[in-house]
Amino acid sequence: MASIVAVIASTHHPFYYRASTSTGADRPPFADEWVRKITAFRETLSRANPDVLVMVGSDHFHQLWLDNMPQFLVGKAPFYDANWHNEEREFGLPRMLLKGQEDLSAHLLRAGLDAGFDLAFSNELRIDHSVTCPIITLRPEADLPIVPIYTNIFAPPLPQPSRFVALGEAIRRIVEEWPSHLRVAIIGTGHLSLELGGPRQFGPHGPDPEFDRRAVEWIATGDLDNCLREVSLESLHAPGNATHGFMDFMLMMGVAGAGAKADYTDTLDLFHTMEAYFTWYPNGVPA
Amino acid sequence: MSKYLLNKFLYTVDRDPGLVERYRSSPEELVSWWAESVANTVLNCVTGESSSWQRFTDEERQALLAHDHVKLFELGAHPFLTLTLFIAMFERDNTEPLEYQKAYGARMAHFALPYPDIAT
Repeated sequence: MASIVAVIASTHHPFYYRASTSTGADRPPFADEWVRKITAFRETLSRANPDVLVMVGSDHFHQLWLDNMPQFLVGKAPFYDANWHNEEREFGLPRMLLKGQEDLSAHLLRAGLDAGFDLAFSNELRIDHSVTCPIITLRPEADLPIVPIYTNIFAPPLPQPSRFVALGEAIRRIVEEWPSHLRVAIIGTGHLSLELGGPRQFGPHGPDPEFDRRAVEWIATGDLDNCLREVSLESLHAPGNATHGFMDFMLMMGVAGAGAKADYTDTLDLFHTMEAYFTWYPNGVPA
Repeated sequence: MSKYLLNKFLYTVDRDPGLVERYRSSPEELVSWWAESVANTVLNCVTGESSSWQRFTDEERQALLAHDHVKLFELGAHPFLTLTLFIAMFERDNTEPLEYQKAYGARMAHFALPYPDIAT
């Protein structure tokens, strides 16, 4: 059976690529510290020596649209082109091409459907920065095959937070049951408190530092009980109007398992958002 | 009221650089053309298979004509779509980093929770 060699959850900040590659007067003052933190975070994946990456993210109205909106979707394709015109325009993100791992996609779809998750699928999926940001931060060589899994955190009505957790738990079981010798890392990205297009956007910190503090504590300690008790579709409006992206962190807490303390936790307080980086090693910390 | 149609406008204009420029420079021309030519297009279908019932209200049309992102927020347009398109049109006029983005937020300071519902 396949082994899950790392579970990783992080924010996906589309400005990292430009901040980390800019020089001279264009380089923002926080870039050097950010690069140091990302480089250390990247090492937590590298040392696990994965063969395949399952990538959980959320399309930002690029390919998935309101005329036909899936709640959870698994990509099943041999390749995934990546990044979109408006991400090049606004964030300076590069076009990318990633390989797919179709056997694992097929296994996730079949076993997910049989486990009660009516997963949508796509045989031609162009992925966006929710998946490419962690590729850029964690595996900039972009050389490993992926299975993208998209969640709807964006276009209400949304699934309940508990459903994200349950899907994460199912993904963990399903990947562990994949008849393969390959080493799999499961990586998911979301947000802490975040406001986009509202009055609290682009402040000196994230819109709700207290929510961020509690959220980091829930994730780092695997405290799903308190997280599920305090987080609802309604409550997530309060920390910021795009905070439903936190449910992708909850999905990753499901993958990591209730009570699983992260083996690596780091944060970076930036303007606009708090960045947060977590790694779990289900089979123990690699030597 | 059609939050869906407002979102469809923002979504389809944002992804076409030519339409972004037309909306920035000639909103009346672009909005009229879009309402006539695109509003009833089912995006994933061949030309000729279209809807027949999509219309802006006067209030929605006025908000689009005026580039009034505050009104669009009030009407329940998806904030991510509005922000992305408006950054594409107006960030270029910045004299310092994030100037437009911060002013955009400041113009909405009167909104308190709960914000207008964006469910479509």
